[in-house]
Amino acid sequence: MSGILRRVGEWRVGAPIADTRAPEGPIEERWDKRRFSAKLVNPANKRKLTVIVVGTGLAGGSAAATLGELGYNVKSFCYQDSPRRAHSIAAQGGINAAKNYRGDGDSVFRLFYDTVKGGDFRSRESNVYRLAQVSVNIIDQAVAQGVPFAREYGGLLDNRSFGGAQVSRTFYARGQTGQQLLLGAYQALERQVAAGTVEMHTRHEMLELIVSDGRARGIVVRDMVTGEIETHLADAVVLASGGYGNVFYLSTNAKGCNTTAIWRAHRRGAYFANPCYTQIHPTCIPVSGDYQSKLTLMSESLRNDGRVWVPLRKGDERPPAQIPEDERDYYLERIYPAFGNLVPRDIASRAAKNVCDEGRGVGPGGLGVYLDFADAIARLGREAVEKKYGNLFEMYERITGENPYEAPMRIYPAVHYTMGGLWVDYDLQSSIPGLFVVGEANFSDHGANRLGASALMQGLADGYFVLPTTVGDYLAGAGTFGQVDQDAVDEAVDRVKEKISRLLAVNGTRTADSFHRELGRIMWDYCGMERTEESLRKALERIPELREEFWNNVKVPGDPEGLNQALERAGRVADFFELAELMCVDALHRSESCGGHFRAESQDADGEALRDDDEFAYVAAWEWTPDGPVLHKEELDYEYVKMTQRSYK
Amino acid sequence: MNLTLKIWRQNGPEDRGRMVTYQVEDVSPDMSFLEMLDVLNERLTLAGEEPVAFDHDCREGICGMCGMVINGVAHGEQRATTTCQLHMRHFKDGDTVTIEPWRAAPFPVIKDLVVDRSSFDRIIQAGGFISVPTGAAPDAHSVPVPKDAADAAFDAATCIGCGACVAACPNGSASLFTAAKVTHLGLLPQGQPERASRAKAMVEQMDAEGFGGCTNTGECTAVCPKGIPLDAIARMNADYLKASK
Repeated sequence: MSGILRRVGEWRVGAPIADTRAPEGPIEERWDKRRFSAKLVNPANKRKLTVIVVGTGLAGGSAAATLGELGYNVKSFCYQDSPRRAHSIAAQGGINAAKNYRGDGDSVFRLFYDTVKGGDFRSRESNVYRLAQVSVNIIDQAVAQGVPFAREYGGLLDNRSFGGAQVSRTFYARGQTGQQLLLGAYQALERQVAAGTVEMHTRHEMLELIVSDGRARGIVVRDMVTGEIETHLADAVVLASGGYGNVFYLSTNAKGCNTTAIWRAHRRGAYFANPCYTQIHPTCIPVSGDYQSKLTLMSESLRNDGRVWVPLRKGDERPPAQIPEDERDYYLERIYPAFGNLVPRDIASRAAKNVCDEGRGVGPGGLGVYLDFADAIARLGREAVEKKYGNLFEMYERITGENPYEAPMRIYPAVHYTMGGLWVDYDLQSSIPGLFVVGEANFSDHGANRLGASALMQGLADGYFVLPTTVGDYLAGAGTFGQVDQDAVDEAVDRVKEKISRLLAVNGTRTADSFHRELGRIMWDYCGMERTEESLRKALERIPELREEFWNNVKVPGDPEGLNQALERAGRVADFFELAELMCVDALHRSESCGGHFRAESQDADGEALRDDDEFAYVAAWEWTPDGPVLHKEELDYEYVKMTQRSYK
Repeated sequence: MNLTLKIWRQNGPEDRGRMVTYQVEDVSPDMSFLEMLDVLNERLTLAGEEPVAFDHDCREGICGMCGMVINGVAHGEQRATTTCQLHMRHFKDGDTVTIEPWRAAPFPVIKDLVVDRSSFDRIIQAGGFISVPTGAAPDAHSVPVPKDAADAAFDAATCIGCGACVAACPNGSASLFTAAKVTHLGLLPQGQPERASRAKAMVEQMDAEGFGGCTNTGECTAVCPKGIPLDAIARMNADYLKASK
């Protein structure tokens, strides 16, 4: 909101930070050690302790349900009309777990290894190892809840392979795995609502964090139906509000996904880690027009049987069926023979961008590549393909009006997931004591690139298994927290009310959506799949200018009272503006390429991402200050996985 | 294409509400129905009028948040499709399209096309779960589930809780929604211990919310975006009867 224009791309370096909670010793014993050292809360005292959980996706829903089961007094919040709508519901492909039910060489260590390597050596070993360990418990829990995973004729669970892995460790429920896992968590949550341990607040949006005496002690929310501004106090606050991909306007996120909860917490002192790490998913339906409101993902599992290709020749406009085999370029199979169509997402996305930049893209505007099932249909039969991918093919046909059984799909990369998020320690606690962050909202496990089928795993690992232990350890000291400072509450409420009145008072000539679209365009063009110092500096000039215009020319109709969807959107866009700037600063300072962050200046002779481990093997945790961002570095050590240049060739 | 829209406007639960006519021009056939409404809302906002409130979120047919009655049919005439997945290529130039909210007493209108569906959450609270606290689960392979049962349970579990079944039912019944959950959990070995009590509690909650009874009209399954079959209701009734004996 500040109208002061700082010098473009300016930041300062502060003191380094450390993850002080990760135990020492052999990696396979660390989580057991931490669980044992975590203090316990007496059951009679749990009832007197209140925990707020913001967001009801896989991480928030599972956390609220589990904390309720443990006997805490839980208050759960979501902006949708029901906790079941959270965007985890849209995850299609599956969830990884190191069960090794296939006997194909999988293990906890291999899942750990694949995830650290897939994250391009920018994640923490301790966290990732724990994730791989608890992955097996997630599957047990979900099956016991009645999640209808795909099964084989013998009644045992089926698995499939997924990008970035050479073993079959992905559990799935047709193309709706996220839906089924979320409904499992939702049902567990509703069971606790009925039991009286969880108080549910739907259609409530968190707009501010209350920090009292250095601790997170509550939130300010707006009741989206009445417009009333409410405060809710607690002994600990958990943010599970998801990722910030909608900063690009067009993404595969739900329309309501936003950064406000984590951005407000950042403004109150929570460090924001690696904001520039965004995942561009390679298999999405291409943009069809200016009115486009969102992009739709086609599950990456399609790459198991679909073959990606473009015409060999530039500007070849023949229909795909008329292009003979020897005039097609199956470029992933050609460049990466070992992994072929199953290379990790960042690599597949950039390869698609490269062939389109060469003028070999297909469809309107040349921004698309083919994903072809003709071979799979010939090999397996149409019925088998339909069984595996039927709902995805239907979805494609509904959106594009084209039949993928007859002509290849057209796909193009789209913003899908944000690896960055609020900085947390091993306990998932942010730099504000008492503020915990889980799921996509934190930064912790995926490094610079997330592997397919790992988001569901992380959300549920955090919510079901990690957080309930670590929050308990924190709350064991609640006796010393003291009363919440009323001034801190009043100030937070005033900030919320002031922002709402300001937005409504501008009465300019452009809608919040039109600003959002323009911001998204800037981010996609200058801070998207490929970044350069020049593009980022350009973005850092344009964003403050546009933000300034926003605050002088936005038009938000209606009143602060009652349901006002335009006001909700405008508030979120205002926060996206601030986040966008930090993302560009982070991308600018990290002059190496790694994972989803590709700096054109840092590539090898083959055009692959070139890391600079001497300079950048750290987590960039940014502190908000009125004078601009301050960088705190957390060094990353690799004791178990040797740092190598990733190769999928 | 150009369209005439007749949209239900209601400024809050106490307002009587009325149909208001709008014109929209230059609608592209590739737009989704909600994108067409976005264009209208953008125009209304700039003209200083109140935009039309409607619920939506994922816009890929899975969250269940969107839903409107389009030309008298819940989610529109396209089969097995949510409102967000309905595209304008199914309309033609000069069409008049009426747009109304779900209408049922247990779904009170909040504003315009937005209704309160929290009654659905309360039906799930009554018993739409398997009681298994976190950490108490045996190994996932300890109980094999026949593939047919797993597949049939999955088909019922795909319900997105949008409420189209209620909006389409002449009795305003939530039987298809409730039966989908009873069927999903009742088909799995893990769901057996609570099977009878679950059906009984959920049906009773459905009645308490003010939803009507089922008379096998089948309008629900005809509009269901996920194609939940009518025989789920027979299964729910059977479980309910067993529990009531």
